[in-house]
Order: sequence, then C-alpha cells, then structure tokens
Amino acid sequence: MSDDHVYMTLAEGHDDSDARWAFGTGFEDPLHGVDTTVPAGVDREDLAALCLALGDDALVSAQRLAEWTTRAPELEEEVALANIGLDLLGQARLLYARCGQADGTGRGEDAYAYFRDPDDFRNVRLAELPNGDFAFSVVRLLVLSSWRLAHFERLTRDPDPVLAAVAAKGVKELAYHRQWAAEWAVRLGDGTEESRRRTQAALGQVAPYLGELFSAFDVRDEVVAVLGQVTEAAGLSMPAWQPLPGRGREGRHTEHLAPLLAELQSVARAHPGATW
Amino acid sequence: MTDAQAGPAGPAEPELHRHFDATIARDQRIEPRDWMPDGYRNTLIRQIAQHAHSEIIGMQPEGEWITRAPSLRRKAILFAKVQDEAGHGLYLYSAAETLGADRADLTERLIAGRQKYSSIFNYPTPTFADVGVIGWFVDGAAICNQVPLCRSSYGPYARAMVRICKEESFHQRQGYELLMTMMRGTDAQREMVQDAVNRWWWPSLMMFGPPDDNSPNSAASMAWKIKRHSNDELRQRFVDMTVPQAEKLGVTLPDPELRWNEERGRHDFGTPDWDELMRVIKGGGPCNAQRVERRRSAHEDGAWVRQAAAAHAAKQQARAAGRQTPGPGRQTPAAEQQTPAAERSTDAHEGAAV
Repeated sequence: MSDDHVYMTLAEGHDDSDARWAFGTGFEDPLHGVDTTVPAGVDREDLAALCLALGDDALVSAQRLAEWTTRAPELEEEVALANIGLDLLGQARLLYARCGQADGTGRGEDAYAYFRDPDDFRNVRLAELPNGDFAFSVVRLLVLSSWRLAHFERLTRDPDPVLAAVAAKGVKELAYHRQWAAEWAVRLGDGTEESRRRTQAALGQVAPYLGELFSAFDVRDEVVAVLGQVTEAAGLSMPAWQPLPGRGREGRHTEHLAPLLAELQSVARAHPGATW
Repeated sequence: MTDAQAGPAGPAEPELHRHFDATIARDQRIEPRDWMPDGYRNTLIRQIAQHAHSEIIGMQPEGEWITRAPSLRRKAILFAKVQDEAGHGLYLYSAAETLGADRADLTERLIAGRQKYSSIFNYPTPTFADVGVIGWFVDGAAICNQVPLCRSSYGPYARAMVRICKEESFHQRQGYELLMTMMRGTDAQREMVQDAVNRWWWPSLMMFGPPDDNSPNSAASMAWKIKRHSNDELRQRFVDMTVPQAEKLGVTLPDPELRWNEERGRHDFGTPDWDELMRVIKGGGPCNAQRVERRRSAHEDGAWVRQAAAAHAAKQQARAAGRQTPGPGRQTPAAEQQTPAAERSTDAHEGAAV
C-alpha cells in the first residue's frame, strides 16, 4: 500500500546537500542571483554598522517572540507569533551574513549572535524589554514593525544590492507583522474594559522609547501616522512622551538585555569548538 | 453528539447502520454529514482530541530549547517545528469539531485531566541533544502510528493526517541530521547524544501503547478501520526502521535483548516497563504536572484576550447590523452566531436520509 511506501522512504539515508532546510519560514533564497560583492562607492563601515543594528533589532525581537511559544492566548496566535519571530530571525541571519562581508572579517551569523557581549549589541531598547502581557507585545510589535517597515521601504533602493534584496523580502513580511499587530490593537482597544485598559497602559509603556527609534531612522512621520490611525480605530489615545536618555544603538541598554543574551548564548558558549 | 441520529422521518437506524457498515467494508470514507454509530463518533472524538492535545503539549519539551538553540540555523528549524505542532493541533481540533466537539471544551477537559495526551511528553528535555532524539524517535514513532491513519475511515481525520505526516517526516529528518552533526563534533556532544538515546528509547517504544493482549480500545478501532495496524505490529516496524539508523549514527540502543532474528526477518527486542507506562499515564511521570500547568496558565492568562476578541466581534456585528437593518427586529449577535450550528444539525439529518 502507498502508506507503506511513504513509511519506508523515511528510513532512507540522505546526504547533507540540502542542509538549508530552514531559512526563515519560506524556502526561497532572497539572495538568489544577487551579486554579493560590496559595490565600489559603498562605505563598508557604514554598511556593516547598519546591517548589525538591523540584525540585532531582528534577533532580539525574535527571541522575545520565541518566549511566547506555548504561552499564547489562542492557538492561532501561537502560529502567528512564531511566524513573525521566524521572519525576523531570517532577516537577522541575512543581515549578519552581510555584516561579515562588509566589515571584512568574514564572520558568520553565529559569531554575531552568540559571541558578542551586551555592550556590543546595537538594537534599540524597545526590542529588548520583557514581553509583558499580550497587549504590550502587540503594541510593541505595532511600533517596531511600522518603524522597520518604513525604513525597509527606503532600503529597497539602497546602493548595496544585498541590503536592497533583504529589504525587498522584509517589506512583505513586515507589512504582515504590522497588519497582525494593528488588527489586535483594534480588537483589544475596542473589546472589553480590561483589554482597553491594558492596551492603553501598553501605549504608555512604549511611548518613552519612541524618541530613540526616530533618532535611529528618520521615519517619524510615517510611524506617527500609522500609530495615529490605529489608535483612533481602537478608540485609544497616543500619550505624549518624553524620550528616555540612553541609546541601544550606542550599546547602552536596559538591564533586560544581558539576561536575554545569557539565555540565547548559553549552549553555544558552553561547548566551544562544537558544531551544531 | 447524538444529533446525527435519524429523525422520525428518516430511514430506520438498522438501515443506516447497514449503510455505514457497507461504506466501511468498501474502504470508503465516512464524512461529517454521514450517519455514524455513537460508538464510532465517540471513539473518534476521543482519539482525535488526544492526538490534538499531544501536539499542543508536545510543543513544550522542545519549545524550551528555542531560546537556547546553539546556532541560528538550529533555532529557525526548531522554532518552525514547534510552530508546525501548533498547526497540527489546530487541524486536529478542527477535525474533532466536524464530529460535534468544541475546541474550548476539549481544552477544558485537557486542563482538568479528563482527557489524555501522549505520555512521551511527560519526560524532561535536559540537553539540546534531546531535541534531535525527539525528532528521530518521537516523530519517527508518531509517523509509524500516523501514516496508516492517512487511510483512516473518517475523512477529515485521514486528510489532516496526510499533511501532518509529511511535516512529521520532515521533522524526523531534521532531528536525525542534528544528531549526525553532533556525532561528528566533540566528545561531549557524542556523550550528550548517547545519553539522550538511552533516556528516550524505552518511552518511545511505549508510544505505541500497551501490548495487543492488553489494549482495551483496539479491537473496535480496528473493526471500524479507524486504526489499521495493531500496537505490537507498529512497535515492531519502528524497531526495524530504527536499528539501521542507530548503526549509521554510531549510537547504541539500550536494549541487551535487541538482535536480528533471521527466521522472522525482523528484530527481537526486550519488553518495555509497562508499569512505568501506566504510572506515567496516571499522572506519575516526571513532568505531568508541569505540562498541564503550563497549558492551564497559558489558557487562563489568555482568557481576557479571547474575551476581548469576542466582544469586539460582537460589537462589529452589532454595528454592521445597525447600519443595514436599523430598528427593532434585528438579530442579536449571539443569535446570529448560533444559526450555523442549527443549520449543521439539520444537514446531519438530511445527510443521513440520502
């Protein structure tokens, strides 16, 4: 019978030529056919710094999203949160690889993720804050995805063809992340008294970190417009904010990043010389 | 759950039963609208719900390692795998709902300890090698159990299993490939792999259930073609499949009685500790309390979110109704939501009459 055939093929040996089974959530290579030589006229140091910062934002966000696994309020959201985390993890991997090419060290993705200390990370602090409740995670994602999407849209025209290709793939992903977060923000804002209270509180918690985002990339108008639209639809109000001092982009982080990285890096650092 | 029985105007139950039996005998599928005996329906709900619960609880032992996976590639693979399990849970709860069950009710039963999940997930995952061994053994055993279910007599279950089996076989390959890589690494990594193999081998053999002479639900399931092979037959297949893979990997399976039997053309192997299986099924495994507690806290912590979504949907419906048919006489959202269920039960009567 056919099921026996399916069953038997599982026992067959396989070579390692298809080692890249998991790359983000899709299986297409976004860099297929892209020339990976850094073009003349592109400042390598600037390119490396930008890839590192964007990679760190994505990795730290993916790590926080992974923490939701088995804790989401509904199975559909379990799947959605993992989807978003996987997209961001995929973005981080591509950006780290480009960083290694641009900074001339040739380091691979894992060198950046596992063997740097918290001071060396360049993510914005909003990404590293603990997950809080579902409302906080939704509002944070709404802000970060709107901000990253606005920036990635510009990067699709970047003179570096690799960064432009990564951005082109990322734009589609981020548009979904923003959509998912916006829909939930509206549901929560409009839903019950409790959900409204929690979501309004989350906006207040996120607001002090907005200044840092806008000093990193000048996409303030787009992001403020999106937040205005969503909060209005949700019946919420965007609080006035005072920017907090300190910048993740300069390696000055909250107390929450070190434990996040200690967990992320624990196995890799416990086994020097191991291959995984 | 008994609303599919023929009404006064429909054919008599013996006739429906003959039709059902003939469908099974012809190896054709039973579909949600078809008449089916209560025993068949209840057996399926029980089995599919247990299977769905197993997928959801099964996210936990490996999910613990997503944040600590030692390379970004392994992190992506594991994250995607655990996400697949959530997806499998969703298909299976949906399949159970075609039989009249309700996902929220099944979840309550799981949390209250009134429905079971696969005992294998009550064992801990102390090292990253456990991720590989779970993929290799646990997904491997799941495939042995589930591939025949792709031909199960109940249509929605069989169709869900086709997709699930494809993904499980992918997971098994990924697990095995992780172990292959680790075996080529450091001595410490090889020791981790062997240690994980030692811990997971016997619980994996127990995944096929008690021996055939002590399996209370098997006979009816076989007759109804919900199940196609006996527990012992599937266990034997798993052992025969796994032995050459262990040799290629370079690990030892922890069973001194394991050897090739030339006469049978299959492997002989030792007897799992069935007392241990019964102990774990009854709640005495190392992680039973922890697994159910995590599921319970996720469900309870998420209650306000689900309430908010329901309240928003109701408000949306009310606003839409207010725009379309203003004035008295419009349906309340709750009444509208109940309409499809009422239609379904009518359909079941009609389906039975065909």
